[in-house]
Amino acid sequence: MASLEARTTLFPRFGRDARSRALLAAIVVLAIVYPIVDSNASHVSAAVDAGVFVLLALGLNIVVGYAGLLDLGYAAFFAIGSYAYGFFASPQLGVHLAFWLMLPIAGLAAAMFGIILGAPTLRLRGDYLAIVTLGFGEIVPVIFLNADKYTNGPNGINALDPPFIGGYNFGHNPTPFYFVVLGLIALSVIVIRRLRDSPLGRAWMAIREDEVAAAAMGIDTVRAKLYAFAIGASFSGIGGVVYSSKLGLVTPDNFRFSTSAFILSMVVLGGMGNIPGVILGAVILFELQSLILTQLTLWSHQLGAFTHIGFLNELDFVNLKFLLYGLALVLMMLFRPEGLLPSARRQLELHAPPEVAAAERQELYDVSTEAQSA
Amino acid sequence: MSALLVAQAVTKEFGGLRALQNVSLQIDQGQIFGLIGPNGAGKTTFFNVVTGLFPPTSGELLFDGRSIVGLRPHQIVDRGIARTFQNIRLFDNMSALENVMVGEHVRLHTNPLQAVLRLPGFVQQEYRAVKRGIDLLNLVGLQGKADELARNLPYGDQRRLEIARAMATEPKLLLLDEPTAGMNPQETRQLTQLIDQLRRELGLTILLIEHDMKVVMGVSDTVTVLDYGEKIAEGPPAAIQSNERVIEAYLGRGIEGLALEDQAPGAA
Repeated sequence: MASLEARTTLFPRFGRDARSRALLAAIVVLAIVYPIVDSNASHVSAAVDAGVFVLLALGLNIVVGYAGLLDLGYAAFFAIGSYAYGFFASPQLGVHLAFWLMLPIAGLAAAMFGIILGAPTLRLRGDYLAIVTLGFGEIVPVIFLNADKYTNGPNGINALDPPFIGGYNFGHNPTPFYFVVLGLIALSVIVIRRLRDSPLGRAWMAIREDEVAAAAMGIDTVRAKLYAFAIGASFSGIGGVVYSSKLGLVTPDNFRFSTSAFILSMVVLGGMGNIPGVILGAVILFELQSLILTQLTLWSHQLGAFTHIGFLNELDFVNLKFLLYGLALVLMMLFRPEGLLPSARRQLELHAPPEVAAAERQELYDVSTEAQSA
Repeated sequence: MSALLVAQAVTKEFGGLRALQNVSLQIDQGQIFGLIGPNGAGKTTFFNVVTGLFPPTSGELLFDGRSIVGLRPHQIVDRGIARTFQNIRLFDNMSALENVMVGEHVRLHTNPLQAVLRLPGFVQQEYRAVKRGIDLLNLVGLQGKADELARNLPYGDQRRLEIARAMATEPKLLLLDEPTAGMNPQETRQLTQLIDQLRRELGLTILLIEHDMKVVMGVSDTVTVLDYGEKIAEGPPAAIQSNERVIEAYLGRGIEGLALEDQAPGAA
């Protein structure tokens, strides 16, 4: 009985019931046929970039969603992956390593820097940790900016090698990039789910819940946190390789704080700790920026031309994006703090069943009256 | 009987405050050892020092004949010391089973790569871990509550879950910090039985902080009394109950002829 129960609860599968299996199949088919159906290359190109941000959000979700470590400098690892490709696959140093080899190399390099960032922050919690990661996130692009002997400073490294597969050159065609990024996302989801349902995943969650209790129950908190930083960073490094190889260029201003905040917003908006939620959050925020806002701007200008209302003609939604993100986040925190697609756990956390909520309020009351009478 | 935990002149200072002063004690294999004292006497500080949450200022702690001073908390758990907390510290948003499985962590040996590849050895180990977790939940009386979130469990069950989680680390010495605090008489009776059962059936050694004198005096083989960080008495429960210094520490000077049992502070 117990082992039967174990088999079903131990490794939950997406698609155990027919409905979610059909949903998963539909999403996979849709994702595969999308670049074939949509012949607009700029849409496919945007989808590739969205896919890169999905990878980044999935990686950050390990650090923030699972281990509960607030990382405000996550774009630094994205920079490290991108510049790794810039150094080792361009005329810059005359080194031309293959794209496929650079994927694991950049992943490892980013993981190493994840540990370098993680090590000094191990004693810090909450706000203090956030500040240090914020600092790290600022330092890395500034180093790439100022080491202009190697990085060409603000001009960045250009003429990066496009990926090849066999004799086929990806060039500027976004479709092969699309399938690469889709494959990487699928692989990442499998890896992350398996990590989550492992002792390491439970250790991360325990640290997020109560670090002192986790240590007292035998969790090596230092090791678990370093794993979180390293594994989380590696996804960002891999994303950096795809992003820069597609762009053919790497410059320091792609990796500012706004990028870190952007990725964090994806995680929070979609649903911290829940893989489908994080993917959804990344896709929505990215497409909002690259497609929807440009489209809205276009429509508004057309409407302005048609109705002769000057205000509509001037409106540029793309310039308003941070205003709109901010507004979206504020509204989310007010009305749906658990995110669009929350994990079941987090939903319970923020919306306790009435009797539990009542009990917890009572407890709060007991404590405060105790404190008064003491 | 051999000594399992030996504390030699353990002192812990927080700035100018001496929370523990030269506390020496010896806990033998298989004992239930009670640690009592008025509020602020240093009982929980002693637990925190033993479990490595902070190091002693001076003194030595030997567990199984080897020093545990300076080890990190998870290393001490690995050696075989587990604890519960006075103010319950469960992983609130994890299920009861997951809480227990976190306790098992120190006895599991896998690396993330094995987990990602789901090698057969890893999968088998996880199945065993789940089975053991469910067995432990049954042991403490939490049948059928494996998938409940810890925070949704009633108070008494949360206390039991903390014990199950500590048991999952396969300890030789179990430190219980006021396990019956806030329980009604019936829950207290059941928990006392559980403590006794852990000792009898699993051969555990237990160090118990408790304010409920009926519980301490009922289950302990030896009782040590702390007051202002100093050990003021030690002996079998009967001797402690009539010890002058103990009565004085609890009730103050000048009241005579009061049995501790009737006037135990915090017993309610």
